[in-house]
Amino acid sequence: MNSPTRATKPRVALFITCLADQFLPQIGECLVQVLRRLGVEVIFNPAQTCCGQPAFNTGYRREAHEVAARLLDLFDDADYVVAPSGSCTSMVRVFYPELFANDPESLRKVERLRSRFLEFSEFLVKVLEVEDVGASFPHRVAYHDSCHLLRELLVETEPRRLIRAVRGVELLELGDHQLCCGFGGTFSVKFPEVSVALGEEKLRAVAASGAEYVVANDAGCLMHLAGVIHRQQLPLRTMHLAELLAKRE
Amino acid sequence: MGKTRIQSGEIHERARQVLADAHLQEAYRSSTLRLYSHRLQAVSELPGFERLRERAYALKREVMQHLDYYLAQFAENVERRGGHIHWAATAAEACAVVREIAADAGAREIVKAKTMLSEEIGLNRALEAVGLCPYETDLGEFIVQLSGEGPAHIVAPAMHMTRHDVSRLFVTHLHSEPTDVPEELTAIARRALREKFACAGLGLTGANFAVAETGTIVLVENEGNIRFSTTAPRVHVALVGIEKLIPRLADLAVFLRLLGRSGTGQKLTVYTSLLTGPCRPGEDGPEELHVVLVDNGRVATLADPKMREVLYCIRCGGCLNACPVYRKIGGHAYGWVYSGPIGALVTPQLVGLESARELPFASSLCAVCRDVCPVKINIPGLLLYLRSQAQERVRAPQPEGSLLRERTLMRLWAWAMKRPWAYSLGSRLARLGQRFIAREGWIRRLTLHPLSGWTKGRDLPALAPKTFRERWKEMGKQ
Repeated sequence: MNSPTRATKPRVALFITCLADQFLPQIGECLVQVLRRLGVEVIFNPAQTCCGQPAFNTGYRREAHEVAARLLDLFDDADYVVAPSGSCTSMVRVFYPELFANDPESLRKVERLRSRFLEFSEFLVKVLEVEDVGASFPHRVAYHDSCHLLRELLVETEPRRLIRAVRGVELLELGDHQLCCGFGGTFSVKFPEVSVALGEEKLRAVAASGAEYVVANDAGCLMHLAGVIHRQQLPLRTMHLAELLAKRE
Repeated sequence: MGKTRIQSGEIHERARQVLADAHLQEAYRSSTLRLYSHRLQAVSELPGFERLRERAYALKREVMQHLDYYLAQFAENVERRGGHIHWAATAAEACAVVREIAADAGAREIVKAKTMLSEEIGLNRALEAVGLCPYETDLGEFIVQLSGEGPAHIVAPAMHMTRHDVSRLFVTHLHSEPTDVPEELTAIARRALREKFACAGLGLTGANFAVAETGTIVLVENEGNIRFSTTAPRVHVALVGIEKLIPRLADLAVFLRLLGRSGTGQKLTVYTSLLTGPCRPGEDGPEELHVVLVDNGRVATLADPKMREVLYCIRCGGCLNACPVYRKIGGHAYGWVYSGPIGALVTPQLVGLESARELPFASSLCAVCRDVCPVKINIPGLLLYLRSQAQERVRAPQPEGSLLRERTLMRLWAWAMKRPWAYSLGSRLARLGQRFIAREGWIRRLTLHPLSGWTKGRDLPALAPKTFRERWKEMGKQ
């Protein structure tokens, strides 16, 4: 495994995201495991809560602004901020400039934070220049591109390169890999029938690929897909990329 | 403005109906996927497509920044070539202008090309109300005119129908023999339409582009009905939304390459007509050309520096074909003539956000619409902006099963998110509470909004026994 051998290991602050913290904390644990294995110093500031996206996504900009403004000051002491979510990372990198457009002081902070704020797979491949993290997982997995990661951050090959380097894994491509799974933040509860119908379609594609696991980089998409799987008792399982990369089976 | 009644609140109910209809699901799925894959193929075959999109965006921006100039130039050139210019501020004015032109021309029968603007202003109803007979001549529009529906799609109005549906419709209305062969169905429509072309005194079209430099109306189509409508009748009326302007004839080289490919995957549509003025001596064509320039809410949109981008749309329908939500709920669920992601932006602009409050929320914000848009309209960004406008300006109906208004919930949420102790306390209380409803790590049913929506069709994972921040304390420092 080609772990980094640079003289100074970067200091990484975790942004765990509220959904992962509350519903899928194993994502954060696996993230820590993988990063530590690669010799990265990991710090976690428990003052963090949410990036503000639920409010922003639903049109409550004042509330989003209040919550987001807190986040800007939490990560000054880290070389990088790493989040296990394409969506929350897009919130900071793509949507904060819009949210803080009329707030020059915060906007300056956003500018300082943006270049250091990375999604997990992006950080491994682009910053650490690692693909093989020493994981092994002898199963068939399909990777689902979450929309924000794919279309806001343009991260498409990085997760696939990391998955392909996992020993024993068979990576299957979904026929409609660029199609939304239907989560969409508060869309999932505002248009639940449409959201679920899209989730079912995505899971049909996963099943058709022959995969046992659907891997994605966002807790939201994973909770949504897992919820449909559980309701319908489908023979599929969901897994975050961090969980996959922590596997040693 | 404001008088147009649409039922955007009914989008939920209509969406459910469409989702439950396997027939409609298949009609939308197969048609949108076909058009979308044709688009992908066509785009992949044209190097520099991205540069064309950027050029188109820049051109549209230029036009919108100086719309007064380009409109004046266009109007002057139309009149110089012998055409008549009419200005209409509202839908009602536009309809009145067309009625007057028809009256002056003594035309009772009107053959119509497909024009979304005519749907927008409710022209057919307005014409029928004074005894005039508008006939849709585009096959898809002809079909939805017979069925009494609005268009289900910007470029494929009858997308929601299969050939079997069309056959049944023709049997009922045209007394034809039942057939499922598309060519035979087309021939039936063709025979019915020929009679109309022969007797119509007025041909009415929209415009895909209006060239300021020359006063040219540009129309693209695949069926030849537009060419027929603009040559056979003595009078041609073109309804033109004021956003249709492009500066120069040469700019068509940008827009025509984008339009066909983005809409249907065609390099060019079968017919592209460039009409400049009425017929000249010794040539075929209409004796009179009337161009009706319609505002109907566009100037107000222009005044909003963000929403102005909506006016860049060239109505290719590409975003509808790519949109996962449109594919599931179809065009009619959007409640008015424009549907899909662009419809969710255009409709609130034209009828008022008050009447279309739900539309900006009918998107998962997956952004595929933005990435396929030939003129690079930031559709998800504008949907987000409209959502914020909706929350600021239009009172939301209290959701079903909700103790609190959404705004109150959001305020409480923000209050807790700003205070890590409150966030952690809330989490602890929720974990205590869920003991009564969670089974083996899953919650099957919640009755309180908004999570009641979640459990309608899927289960909710229970909150983890320990949050990450609690586990972090146990994970030890490195």
